[in-house]
Amino acid sequence: MSDRFDYDRLRRELTWDGALKDLGLEPGGPVNIGRLCADRIVDLGRGRKTALVHEDHEGRQRIFSYLDLKTLTNGWAGFLEGLGVQPLDRVCLLLERCPELYISFVGVLKLGAIVQPLFSAFGDEALQQRAADSGAVAVITQHRHLGKVRKARERLPDLKTVIVVDHGPGSRPLREGEVAFDMMAHGVETRPVASTYAESPSVLHYTSGTTGKPKGALHVHGSVLAQYLTGRVVLDLLDDDIYWCTADPGWVTGTSYGIIAPWVAGVTQVVLDAGFSSDRWYQTIERHKVTVWYTAPTAIRMLMKDGLDPVRRRDHSSLRHMASVGEPLNPEAVHWGREAFGLDFHDTFWQTETGAIVVTNLPGMPVKPGSMGRPFPALEATVVDPVTGVPIREAGKVGMIAVRPPWPSLMRTYWNNTPTYLHKFLNGWYICGDRGSLDADGYFWFCGRDDDVINTAGHLVGPFEIESALLEHPAVAESAAIGKPDPVNMEVVKAFVALKPGFAPSVDLELDIMNFIRKRLSPLAMPQEIAFVEKLPKTRSGKIVRRLLKAQELGQEIGDTSTLED
Amino acid sequence: MDDMKQMILDYIRKEYIDEDEADDVTLDENTKLISSGIVDSFSMVSLKRFLEKKYAISIPDGEATPQAFDSVMSIIGLVRRFRKEA
Repeated sequence: MSDRFDYDRLRRELTWDGALKDLGLEPGGPVNIGRLCADRIVDLGRGRKTALVHEDHEGRQRIFSYLDLKTLTNGWAGFLEGLGVQPLDRVCLLLERCPELYISFVGVLKLGAIVQPLFSAFGDEALQQRAADSGAVAVITQHRHLGKVRKARERLPDLKTVIVVDHGPGSRPLREGEVAFDMMAHGVETRPVASTYAESPSVLHYTSGTTGKPKGALHVHGSVLAQYLTGRVVLDLLDDDIYWCTADPGWVTGTSYGIIAPWVAGVTQVVLDAGFSSDRWYQTIERHKVTVWYTAPTAIRMLMKDGLDPVRRRDHSSLRHMASVGEPLNPEAVHWGREAFGLDFHDTFWQTETGAIVVTNLPGMPVKPGSMGRPFPALEATVVDPVTGVPIREAGKVGMIAVRPPWPSLMRTYWNNTPTYLHKFLNGWYICGDRGSLDADGYFWFCGRDDDVINTAGHLVGPFEIESALLEHPAVAESAAIGKPDPVNMEVVKAFVALKPGFAPSVDLELDIMNFIRKRLSPLAMPQEIAFVEKLPKTRSGKIVRRLLKAQELGQEIGDTSTLED
Repeated sequence: MDDMKQMILDYIRKEYIDEDEADDVTLDENTKLISSGIVDSFSMVSLKRFLEKKYAISIPDGEATPQAFDSVMSIIGLVRRFRKEA
């Protein structure tokens, strides 16, 4: 094992204060993620270094230096300010993976406003729920998503301006309250950055729960210490690296490690704005000489499906480190990675609320295939009893995965929902909501979620949100949604539907319901399978019992049914 | 083949392209569907179900790859293969 990654030494030496010093920050002094991503790198004399290599689905490239990043983010901050956007206002990003997405994210932060990234495939209902809850004043988007924004807008009273980044002479006309902005024509060389501090709000990411609507996890500018340090230590980002994070910035991995960590570290990152294809991915590694690759188990399993031949046709000798996040990495995927690339995929564990990696396999650390690894050395994580919150000392005994607060990137609250935030803590621990155990060497082993949230391809989908949307379909009387195990995506959504009188099950209706959910919520929330049933199992108080449906689906014991209606 | 091509193109236009963006999207039998992002890998399932129903075939999950669904031409090839096998 390389001494640089000696776990015990890192436990002794790695501190958040060390990160503060590395970034040239003073305790209690100003900190702004936007300045650290762009201006600081220029101030260090690395303005001409490439910050972003963007490649679209047709292979066209756009390249941006750190100096470009500084001037273009200044342009965004000035433009938004001119529209009346104030510090702490929420600004939604509803964009494909275009350069404007990455650069406006930083610009919003430099203004001191709160950036709220949204998955561009969200339907109008998902968009409306999230933007209404946050009270967003502006949405930055593209023409292809304008239809959804317009549909949602009548139920978004706080939304003042919609900014369209790809409006051109041939585009359809914009309407009142919509403005075009061509960031390339509005760079500004110098501009003061907002005076934000460690506890100033920065990023608002919505995440799904078992009940209720999605919750907005609010992060602060001080979170950058965790993103920087984990980027340096876990992803091993070094000055000369070419880094590729395959996550979409609509989700937290795509911002913490697809924008903040690499740019604060001053590395060059590659963005591929194209749908999945094995050969295209290998071509991206080959063409850009990617050295560090952060991807997801679902993607790895999709690559595995296509076998080893496509890997062998491409040169991937530039790769020196690979990591994975989003769902447990199965042992087969680790073994396949070794065979395909001669390297280990290093599993990492964290979530929207933790803001940065909390459990991990460090480079150089022996990887136990199937294990999540050990606590990130600068923080304390363990497994606790679900009732008392007391750490479990016994190896192999399952409890709740927990992290000891505070750490810089822990969310500061759920937007408009502090009671739910407070329920995330027990006996002085932050409870992640995942069950796991520790082995005798201190490695974590994932056992499953402690709730009904569906993890599909590394994205959490709330069953309540799907069930509510299903009920809006004219044929649906009752609905339930569960996660069905899937060999590639870990889980996929399966819906159980009881129809209203006058409707009969058919493949046409099944297709119609699937597409209805896809368009209203997102492709991730779309049931991959629909079972038509006479009625759904309920408690005597009328609550649908998902656990029974799931047990039936998995062929497991149904368990206690004494509280059921029939 | 022209009927099949038209039916699949119509379905894609109706289900995957927002009416507001329809004017901006060029769609023909060679348009890249998956790699251009018109159809994502999750939504591919509803397209697969549509094909299975419309042409009374069963496409194994292992054959429903992003490559096989990346253009209407390749989808037609897939459907023809499974119709023949059926």
